Amino acid sequence: MELNQSLIIIVFVTAIALFIWSCYRRFRLVLLGRPENRFKDTGKRIRDVLYYAFGQRCTVSHGYFFGLNHLVLFWSFMILLIANTEFMLHGLFPYVSLSRLPPGVYHALLFLFDVASVLALLAICIAIIRRLAFPPSYIEAQSRDAFIILGLIAFLMVAFFGLHASEIANSGEEARYMPVSNFAASVFFSHIPVDNLSGYINAFWWIHAIVLLSFLNYLPYSKHMHILAAIPNLFFRSLTKVNTQKREDFKKGNTFGVGQIDQFTWKDLFDSYSCTECGRCSDNCPATNTGKLLNPRLVIHDIKVNVLKNGHLIDKKKEAILPLIGGGREGSIADQVLWACTTCGACMEVCPVFIEHVPKIVDMRRNMVEMNARVPDELLALFENFEQRSNPWGIIPAERIKWAAQADVKPFEVGMTEYLFFTGCFGAFDARSRKVTVAISRILNAAGISWGILGKDELCCGDSLRRLGNEFVFDRMVRENIKLFNEKGIKKIITMCPHCYNTLKNDYRQYGMELEVIHHTALVNDLIKAGKLKLNSAKYSGNVIFHDSCYLGRYNEIYEAPREVIASVTGQRPSEMEHCFDRSFCCGAGGGRMWMEESEGKRINVARVEEAMKKEPGMICVCCPYCMTMFEDGLKGMKADNRVLVLDIAEIVANVLI
Amino acid sequence: MLVVTCIKQVPDTTQVKVDPITGTLIREGVPFIINPFDTYALEESLRLKEKYGFHVAVISMGPPNTEVTLRKALSLGADEVILLSDRAFGGADTLATSMVLAEAIKKLGQKEEVAIVICGRQTIDGDTAQVGPGIATRLGYSQLTLVDRIENVDLKAKKIRVRRRLEGRHEIVETTLPAMIAVLREINRPRYPKVPMRLFAQDAPVTLWNNKVMGLREDTIGLKGSATQVRKIFSPQRERGEIIGDGSKNPQVAARLLIDRLKEKNLLSL
Repeated sequence: MELNQSLIIIVFVTAIALFIWSCYRRFRLVLLGRPENRFKDTGKRIRDVLYYAFGQRCTVSHGYFFGLNHLVLFWSFMILLIANTEFMLHGLFPYVSLSRLPPGVYHALLFLFDVASVLALLAICIAIIRRLAFPPSYIEAQSRDAFIILGLIAFLMVAFFGLHASEIANSGEEARYMPVSNFAASVFFSHIPVDNLSGYINAFWWIHAIVLLSFLNYLPYSKHMHILAAIPNLFFRSLTKVNTQKREDFKKGNTFGVGQIDQFTWKDLFDSYSCTECGRCSDNCPATNTGKLLNPRLVIHDIKVNVLKNGHLIDKKKEAILPLIGGGREGSIADQVLWACTTCGACMEVCPVFIEHVPKIVDMRRNMVEMNARVPDELLALFENFEQRSNPWGIIPAERIKWAAQADVKPFEVGMTEYLFFTGCFGAFDARSRKVTVAISRILNAAGISWGILGKDELCCGDSLRRLGNEFVFDRMVRENIKLFNEKGIKKIITMCPHCYNTLKNDYRQYGMELEVIHHTALVNDLIKAGKLKLNSAKYSGNVIFHDSCYLGRYNEIYEAPREVIASVTGQRPSEMEHCFDRSFCCGAGGGRMWMEESEGKRINVARVEEAMKKEPGMICVCCPYCMTMFEDGLKGMKADNRVLVLDIAEIVANVLI
Repeated sequence: MLVVTCIKQVPDTTQVKVDPITGTLIREGVPFIINPFDTYALEESLRLKEKYGFHVAVISMGPPNTEVTLRKALSLGADEVILLSDRAFGGADTLATSMVLAEAIKKLGQKEEVAIVICGRQTIDGDTAQVGPGIATRLGYSQLTLVDRIENVDLKAKKIRVRRRLEGRHEIVETTLPAMIAVLREINRPRYPKVPMRLFAQDAPVTLWNNKVMGLREDTIGLKGSATQVRKIFSPQRERGEIIGDGSKNPQVAARLLIDRLKEKNLLSL
C-alpha cells in the first residue's frame, strides 16, 4: 500500500480535532443547565443501558416494524465501530492492525464486518425507501439532514466493499471469510489488470477515509447527534416514574420556572440533544393527534435550537437573542403550545431515549404563571377560586359536606378512624361525581372499614395548580393540607380521583409526607378478592369497555385492578380500545385542561369517545371524575348518551352489593 | 403625580349568614377578601401607572388585619399602601368613612400632587356606592361614577375623559383633574400577581395611620361621626318552593304541569 503517511496524519488529525472541537462546543452548553444528580445507583443505570440501548427495547417494541430496522442498523454500527476505529488507528499508526491477531480471530472479525456492512447497507436502503415511498407523518423524516446521513452511511458501506474487494482481488486469493467482499471482487475486479488494482485500493481507501471523517464531523451538527447522546441519556434517565414535578424554593431573588435555557437542568438540555426526532411522542400525543399546535417532538427540538442559538451568548453572560417562550420561529415555543398539554405522559412512555417532556412543559408554564403572570383569561378566575376557597369553582367550602346527606358518613376522628376518605373537589361538589362518592361510601360501609371524612375542612389537593404551573399556590396548599393531616394524625387515605391520588402520593412525598394512599379501584379490588364484599354478580351482559386514566395507569401503573373489578362484577374482562393500558389516550382533562377552553382542532374527548364507540359498548367504565365528565360530554355531543352508560368502577360494584 | 386607590376588605358575603336571634352577621370563620369591585379600581390605577407614569398609593380603612389585603395590592404593583386603622374609626357609616379617607388623601397630597382617586362602584357588604362620591364632595373633586373606560388622561391640560355606562347608553364625559372616578367591573380584567412581587410584598412596609397621625375630631369619625346607624339585620322570609311532577321520569308531563301552574299565577303571557 503506497499511501502518503504525512498526508494521512494531517487529514486524520485535523478531522478528528475538528470533531472533538465541535462536540466540545455543543456539549459544553449542556453545563449551562442547573445541577441535578443523575449518577445515583450506577449499577442499575449500567444495566438499564445494556437493556434499553443494546437491547433496543423501546425501538423494537410496540409494533414498530422500522424499530427492527433500527436494531439491525444499531448493531451493525456497533460492530463497524471496531472496524472503523481500527481503520483510523491503522491510518495514523500503521503498526496498529487487527491483522496482528491470530488468523482465526482476525478472519472471524472480518466476516463480522462484512456481514454487518451488508446489513447496514440493507437497513439504510429500507430507511430511504420508507422515507420516499411511505413517509412517517412528520415532515423531518424527509429532511435534507436525514438523506445526507443516510447517503453518507450508504456511501461508507460501498467504499468498505470497494476497498476490501479490490484488496482481495489484489491478493489473488479467495477470501471466503468475507463472502460479500469476495463476491464483489470476483464481479467487479476480476477483469482489472493487477497493476491497476493498487490504484483502486488507494482510491477506495481515501473515499472510505473521507466519508468516514465527513460523517463524524457532520454528526454534531445534525439530528443524528443522538448517535452520540442517546446512550448517555439512557444512563442518566430517571430511575423512577416521572409522575411529579420538582419543588421550587420560594425565596426572594430566586427565579421560578424556566424562561431561559439556563434555568433548565443540565439533564433537560441533554434530553434535547438526545432526541432522534423519531416522532413516537407526537404519534401518541392526544394534543398533536387532535390538531393542536403542541407537538412534543417540536418542543424538544425547539429547546435544542434555543440552546444552540443562545447558549454561547448566555455562556458569555450576554443577553439571549431568541426567547424560549413566545413562539413565532424555530427555537421558540408558543404559549398556546405549552397550555395545550394534558400532562398525560404518553410522550414519555414511548420515548426510546427516555426524554422527560412533561416536566419541561410544566417548568415553562411556571415561568409564564409565576414570573410573568401571563395566563389565559379562564385561569385567572380559577386561580382566585383555588386561593380563596380551595376549590376550582369558588363554591363555599360549607358545601363540601352536602353529598353526605345521601350517605351514611362519619367525620374523621383523631385516633379513632383508620382511613380518611378524601373525596376531592369533584367528589364533593360535582353533581355527577357525588354519586360516585356515595357509591364508594356504601362500599366502605359494606366492607366494614373504619373510615371518615374531613367534610368542610377538606382542602383541594392542588393537582391542577401544580400542573398548570402555579407552584406558589400549590406549595401553600400542600403546607395547609399537611398541617391538617398531621393535626388529625391521618396516615391512610382513600381517594376517588386519580389526580388526588397521584398528588397526595407522589407530590406530597417531596414535603416529607409519607402517606399510604389508595385509589378506590385498588381498594375495591382488594376487598372483592378478600371476600369482604358480597356481590350479586353477572347482572350485566352488554359490551363493557374500560378507559385507563393517565394518572392511574401511566402515572402509577395501576392497570389490572379496575379490569379485575369489572371481571368480578360482569363475569368478563372489559374489551380493550385501540389505545389502552400504557398506550391509553387521554380524555383531555388532565394537566389543568379541565378548566380551559379547547378551541383549537378537534376536542380530545370527542376523539376518545369516537374510538370507544368503535367497540359498540353498552357501558364505558372509568375511574376518574375528569374522565367521567369528558366521556359523558363526548357522548352527549354524539347523541349517544341514551345508549351508552358511563359508570365509575365504584358505581358498578355498589349497584350489585347485596 | 399620584393616583390614590381606595379599597376595602370585606367578609366573603356569600359565606355570611345572619344570626336570627341577635340580628348581627356571623363573621366567625368567614374569610376576608378584597372587595371585588375594588380589584377593578386597583387594576385600573396600575394601568394608569404603566401608561402615564403615575405613582399608585392604595389606602384602606379597617381593622389591623386589613394589612393582608393591602399586601395583596403591593404584590400587584402598588407603590405605597396605607392602613387607616384606629378604634376611633370603627363603626363608621359612609359619611364618617369618606371623612377619614378624604383626609388621608389630603395628607398624601401634601407629599405629591393627587391627580385621580379611583374607587370601586360599591362594596359587597354595604352596597351603598356612597363612599366614592363622599370623598369627591369633601375634597371638592369632580366625580365620575359608573365608569367603564378611561378614554384619555391629558396631564398637560389636566383633563380626564371617561366613558360612563348608563342604562342603555354610554356617555363620554370630560372633566378637570383632580377627579374621583368610581369604576364598573366591565372596565378591565384584573391581573394576577407575579411570584417575585408576592415575595416582596410579604414583608414590605405597610404604613399605619391611626388617629394620632390623622388628628381628626372624634365627633366627625367612627360611630360618633356617623349620620346613620344599622338597627337590625335580617334575612328576608322566603316562601318555600314546591316540587311538582317528576321531571326525571316523565319530563313532558312535568313541563305541562309547570306551564299550567305558571298560567294560573298569571306569569305566562300566552
